[in-house]
Amino acid sequence: MKRKCIMALLIIICVLLQASVCPMIAIGEIKPNLLIILTVSFGLMRGKKEGMLTGFFCGLLTDIFFESTIGLNALIYLWVGYFSGYFYRIFYDDDIKTPLLLISVGDLVFGVVQYVVRFLLRGRVNFPFYLGRIILPEVVYTLLLTFLCYQIFYRINRSMALTDE
Amino acid sequence: MKKNSNETLKNKYLLTGLSVFCVLLIVLSFVNSDLVAPVKQVSGYLVTPVQKGINSFGSWLSGITENFEDVETLREENESLKEQVATLTEENSQLVQDHEELERLQELYDLDEQYSSYQKVGANIIAKESGNWFNLFTIDKGSSSGIQKDMNVIADGGLVGIVTEVGTNWATVRSIIDDESNVSAMVSNTSDQCIISGDLTLIDEGSLSLSRLTDTDNAVHVGDEVVTSYISENYLPGILIGYISELNNDSNNLTKSGYITPVVDFRHLQEVLVILEQKEYVPSDSVSEESSAEVEESTEAGADVIS
Repeated sequence: MKRKCIMALLIIICVLLQASVCPMIAIGEIKPNLLIILTVSFGLMRGKKEGMLTGFFCGLLTDIFFESTIGLNALIYLWVGYFSGYFYRIFYDDDIKTPLLLISVGDLVFGVVQYVVRFLLRGRVNFPFYLGRIILPEVVYTLLLTFLCYQIFYRINRSMALTDE
Repeated sequence: MKKNSNETLKNKYLLTGLSVFCVLLIVLSFVNSDLVAPVKQVSGYLVTPVQKGINSFGSWLSGITENFEDVETLREENESLKEQVATLTEENSQLVQDHEELERLQELYDLDEQYSSYQKVGANIIAKESGNWFNLFTIDKGSSSGIQKDMNVIADGGLVGIVTEVGTNWATVRSIIDDESNVSAMVSNTSDQCIISGDLTLIDEGSLSLSRLTDTDNAVHVGDEVVTSYISENYLPGILIGYISELNNDSNNLTKSGYITPVVDFRHLQEVLVILEQKEYVPSDSVSEESSAEVEESTEAGADVIS
């Protein structure tokens, strides 16, 4: 129960930070994606189910606050969380290399899906531009933020695991 | 092992269930956006105060970092600003005279119908859309301040965007540089119609794309002022959007397209004004009825003349 409360709080805080603080630290109009870090981290540290649920609620909250069509972000984060859960207990979660790799793949997938659904379908076909100007810079910036955030999420997860036992 | 496979199966069920739920939500919000509105209302009510808090904390933080700016640059800036003040005072006195003259002339022509006369309410931007793809932002005033959907938002004397969703104490605004934004506009000195649309590929130039400009007389030039058109459904007429920065002939040789530079500095936007007046839009059926009635009248009049 306590776990769930902490997770819910963590998700809400991250969604709020993403909307209010990330625009302030944006470089060249590009914001890092804090929610992908959260989703992938917990998928990797806790398994498919938690990754899935974390991603789902992150996406759902962003949808509710900012989008006119609800559900798209939730769907993408849900699958990203699920697939990062595949690496649960295959790799050590105290090594930063695995989350770095997973988060970059996750963010790349997130960007490409966003492009296809929201831009390609409206006839914006200049994919190289969007890849070079939006998707890849976001991946790089998110990776930089991962160094900081993953440590925090890792500690939170550890202390939650201790209280569980 | 059995427990393991059981768990995998459970996870798969959960994944399928949630996916179906998401797709349902997407379809639902496409078909009928009113159904999800109450959820948004409640969430907005809870989240807005928190976001305001975080936002003010953030601005406080960035204020502190700005304090560490180099004293040298500040001195230089001060000097150049002083020079600027001198020139501006001179210009200002000139402008005040011009303005007085303008006011007199406006009274004379009864032309006080400009957007300076619209009732407005000021609001702060408290959050921006979370991704990098769109240019939506949330402001801290909502229906309790009289804001409604489709109201126009301005800042720095130019058009910023349009209200897309409203809660009691918040509203979302789609800015005109957003990739999905299209504004019906016209060139103010020739009244030629065109479409101004946002384009994400112009993110570095900070400009907007202009298309379908019908300019048969070749009277439109680079540097001309572009304002919202009177035939627009949602935008009030005569709001300044920007100035033409580039103009090319289209391949069909009938229309022109190009780019405009907006007057609003979208990167450093913090406060905006919402115009509390909506464009009264007549649905197309009644327009056609009216116009057909007019046609009848005119034919009758014509018949009278002939007879």
